[in-house]
Amino acid sequence: MASDQSPAVLEIRDLRIEAKSSDHWSQIVRGVSLTLRKGEVLGLVGESGAGKSTVGLAALGYLRPGARASGGSVRLMGTELLAIPEEQRRRLRGTKVAYVAQSAQAAFNPVHRLMDQITLVAVDRGGLSRAEAEKRAVALFTALQLPDPQNFGARYPHQVSGGQLQRAMVAMAMICNPALIVFDEPTTALDVTTQVEVLISIRKVIAEFGVAAIYITHDLAVVAQIAHRVAVLRYGEVVEEAPIAAIMDHPEHPYTQSLWAVHEMPANDPETQETPRAPLLSVEGLGARFGTFEVLQDIDLRIGRGETVALVGESGSGKSTLGRVIAGLKAPSAGRALFDGAALPPKLRQRPLELLRRIQIIYQSADTALNPRQTVRAIVGRPLTLYQGLRGVAREKRLIELLRMVELDASHADRLPGQLSGGQKQRVAIARALAAEPELIICDEITSALDKVVQADVLRMMIGLKERLGVSYLFITHDLEVVRAIADRVVVMQHGRIVEQGEKGRVFAPPHEPYTGRLLASVPDMAVGWLDRIIAGRAA
Amino acid sequence: MNRTSHPILSMVVSRVGLGLLSLLIVSLVIFFSVSLLPGSYASAILGQNATPEAVAALETKLGLDRPALWRYLSWLGAAATGELGQSFAGRPVMAVLGPRLLNTITLASITAAIAVPLAITLGVICARFRGRFIDRFLSTSTLASISLPEFFVAYLMMMIFAVKLQWFPSMAGIRNSMDLGEQLYRMVLPILTLLLVILAHMIRNTRAAILSVMSSPYVEMARLKGESEGRVVMRQALPNAIGPIASVVALNLAYLISGVVVIEVVFVYPGVGQAMIDAVRNRDVPVIQACALIFATAYIGFNLLADIVSIVSNPRLLHPR
Amino acid sequence: MDQSIDARPATPSRLTRARRLLATAPFTARLGMVLLAIYAFVAIFAPWIAPYGEVEVVSRIPFDGWSAEHLLGTDQLGRDFLSRLIFGARNSISIALVTTLISFGIGCLLGVFSALIGGFVDQAISRFVDALMSVPDLIFILMILSIFGNSIPNLILIIAVLTSTRFFRISRAAALNVASLDFVEAARVRGENLLWISVHEVFPNVLPLILSELGMRFCFIFLSIAALSFLGVGIQPPMAEWGSMVRDNAALINMGDITPLIPAASIALLAIAVNFVVDWLLNRVSGLNEEG
Repeated sequence: MASDQSPAVLEIRDLRIEAKSSDHWSQIVRGVSLTLRKGEVLGLVGESGAGKSTVGLAALGYLRPGARASGGSVRLMGTELLAIPEEQRRRLRGTKVAYVAQSAQAAFNPVHRLMDQITLVAVDRGGLSRAEAEKRAVALFTALQLPDPQNFGARYPHQVSGGQLQRAMVAMAMICNPALIVFDEPTTALDVTTQVEVLISIRKVIAEFGVAAIYITHDLAVVAQIAHRVAVLRYGEVVEEAPIAAIMDHPEHPYTQSLWAVHEMPANDPETQETPRAPLLSVEGLGARFGTFEVLQDIDLRIGRGETVALVGESGSGKSTLGRVIAGLKAPSAGRALFDGAALPPKLRQRPLELLRRIQIIYQSADTALNPRQTVRAIVGRPLTLYQGLRGVAREKRLIELLRMVELDASHADRLPGQLSGGQKQRVAIARALAAEPELIICDEITSALDKVVQADVLRMMIGLKERLGVSYLFITHDLEVVRAIADRVVVMQHGRIVEQGEKGRVFAPPHEPYTGRLLASVPDMAVGWLDRIIAGRAA
Repeated sequence: MNRTSHPILSMVVSRVGLGLLSLLIVSLVIFFSVSLLPGSYASAILGQNATPEAVAALETKLGLDRPALWRYLSWLGAAATGELGQSFAGRPVMAVLGPRLLNTITLASITAAIAVPLAITLGVICARFRGRFIDRFLSTSTLASISLPEFFVAYLMMMIFAVKLQWFPSMAGIRNSMDLGEQLYRMVLPILTLLLVILAHMIRNTRAAILSVMSSPYVEMARLKGESEGRVVMRQALPNAIGPIASVVALNLAYLISGVVVIEVVFVYPGVGQAMIDAVRNRDVPVIQACALIFATAYIGFNLLADIVSIVSNPRLLHPR
Repeated sequence: MDQSIDARPATPSRLTRARRLLATAPFTARLGMVLLAIYAFVAIFAPWIAPYGEVEVVSRIPFDGWSAEHLLGTDQLGRDFLSRLIFGARNSISIALVTTLISFGIGCLLGVFSALIGGFVDQAISRFVDALMSVPDLIFILMILSIFGNSIPNLILIIAVLTSTRFFRISRAAALNVASLDFVEAARVRGENLLWISVHEVFPNVLPLILSELGMRFCFIFLSIAALSFLGVGIQPPMAEWGSMVRDNAALINMGDITPLIPAASIALLAIAVNFVVDWLLNRVSGLNEEG
């Protein structure tokens, strides 16, 4: 499809971009070079902070406030974007090169109708009349499989769903038939079942209109379905660039290989447990509501001692709420819970300190879960003083022991959370939970904010800790790879109900409950051709 | 689609209800704070040397022997029809305040009519040219001028324009016998002073309101679509900032109200503010109560209006799912 | 022992950080800080600096012009204007400061507790505060003072109560904001009591915001007291106060004498200095939040 002879749509050479932090400039893009030809889709893969978005925006000749280009060149169809005045760059945006943002909900202006926002550039600078632009928009809505394409544009952004809005943004990008579109994590904010639909639409229109595209994502499995070539970005540098099949089959660079870290973790083996486990927590007929809305209904759940139960579901399935009910943060409206044979009081205030100690919770984002103004010593030390009454030397000794357990060392004790990396922060949060010597730890998406390689390390550490301490985990996650690596049993939730639960091997193997099947089928494989098979399967 | 106006209507109605509730609470506070007056109300009117018989007679005449609630309700009922009782000096409060109220409304509304559009324009300019010279200049100078006491600005104006340059009279004692041109001429200095006092606050707040909208992702998206900076501000940011700007304007009209009191005193302008200060000095309680009720009603009214503007400008409410 | 471990400073030390902070301050903020230092000096050492006493009648000529003996002349009763200006600094600033601290105490305590307790108590306090805020401050103060009489304690109390509504609003909002963060929830799940959470988890995080509010409210209170004194219902003679000095000597303005403007300018300059410093602090706070 992309022959080397066709002229380059985009040519980035040795691009360097600096960002201002407090009072000095530091390089966030360090000499990136990329070439993109007509009809080609280039995947830009990397973890958060790798500089993917910065490079993507540079393709539009746009730098975020507080950033500046310090070297290199960006040529869009032969025009050097860094050399021409801003006014000329501005005129190219929207017409020759367009952008699709991560969150369409935030990127559409709430006060204007979709059609007005989508056709604006075409009418302003694209040389189309209003009627022509609207006709083209309707054609794009149809191609993107949006419902009721004739009247879709009359709606306001808040009146359509997230997946539809994301597709509307693709229509907005395509309205002037640009040569290049930059997709910046367009499906990251969506649930997996919605993601498939948007991915199919995006791939369809890219092929149909022959546009070149940069597809930015942190998810290798997604990029494998859509890109021809992939550039892997780390710390503002391209560490590896190759055709997609080559990257998926033989990743060269150690960093690229580490993106498989979680994928390649051995599935833990539930068979080791011969005798039935003693029950630690059992929940019967539990329900909860926000106002009149039932977030949880008829929840029956058991967690044994030393068992890891994974709670799986999409956003809005009620999985986090269930964790909060068990933690005592939300009172249930029906049913009851037994902890170690005794009734678990529904409200936090009714639970004695000793009971609170036995159930701990770890949050998704260590950034908000750790007080930014307390040192690691104060954070981890507090439960030691509160629950065990440890002070002075004894407390310090135990503190260092705990830090070692989570693979940190004594020198971290004096740091503030702001001085730690994301993985280190999450380890501190884990140490704080362990300090209580709990029997049940509720883990609410604890790895989803971490880089893949750090995720694998944290998961391995959690498995080791469980074996050493005999603690049970309620592992709330949307990531089936994580489930495969860590869970003994799996509970699948949808619309506030449990649709299926059982041993991991049984839930993951066919025959499936319909929703479980759909969920499993929606998660992209770490292989080229997965989406092709889905599309082919639907056509059949 | 016939239900479209429904949520807006019910929200507006509930805001009006809340406004009336605030007014009710305020009127309760105004009325009953008087009963905290040391010594009795009647002896306060008659002075220290009144005989107990005279006090008792006046209490009966004023209905002070009746229950407090009854007195409150009749006061409120009378106030609603524009009847605000008798001043201690013996004249009906409305006769004292009526003509002055008109003067104050004239002064305040001319000021507001100039200040509001000017402040919004300058605030938009600051936001559009953020960080440039005009923005830094206006930000620093408005920051300095919100620190100036109203009477300082007033006397400075008087010193420059009345005493040194002698362009305008230093006293703004307008009378009905003067023709309109003469009245306006005498009002120039008070209006100029009031403008300076409230403009700075309004510009700063308008700028902040627009800038907070300017950091939204849809503003960046508009830039990435190649819209010019001017259109980004006018088309993307401003429509979303209407609500915040409306509440900013309403909030700043409070400065207008307290500014009015001070400036009327400095320029001897015959308005409600000056009447209130005179009443405070003479402890003429019915007049004070009436003035407080008038100012509070105006303030609550402004805020209610701002609330309604921001409800009506919210697309989520205007176009429900 | 426990204390000594907890007290170990995080790198870099507070002093170093403070020094670095000052080095990055813009010109306006530095100017503000210098001015504040001068005002504080004059206010504290007033009796030693002032050439004459606060209420001492030193000349038989009222409204005497500027001379070597009386640098800024004399006031309407023949008292030394400069001395009254200096004592005025002391009176105006100290009264405003006390008022600010009282209202800060009332407002912040109520605000943080109201946010953390929530439910009916929170609603009731919030409604009451809304009602208090729905009357322009100056009008409310005038009304209350005319009923209770003008005295400094009354003045301080009424202004403190009215201003505490602002502290209540901002500290409640800030606390709600912080209270929704996971680390406060984690503390609740851990079984910490309300006081511990307020002191250790919430307060250090809302402090910068509250400090800048403290500066702004001081300004506002200072200007309100000056305005009230100017109107004749604030600080009463013979105590020297800048607002009332303007009023008492206002007649001079029509003669083209700028002397009465000097106390007014003193008020303005102090307010400007505070606002410059506060503005810088606020910009820093918002800048830090963006980075986080």
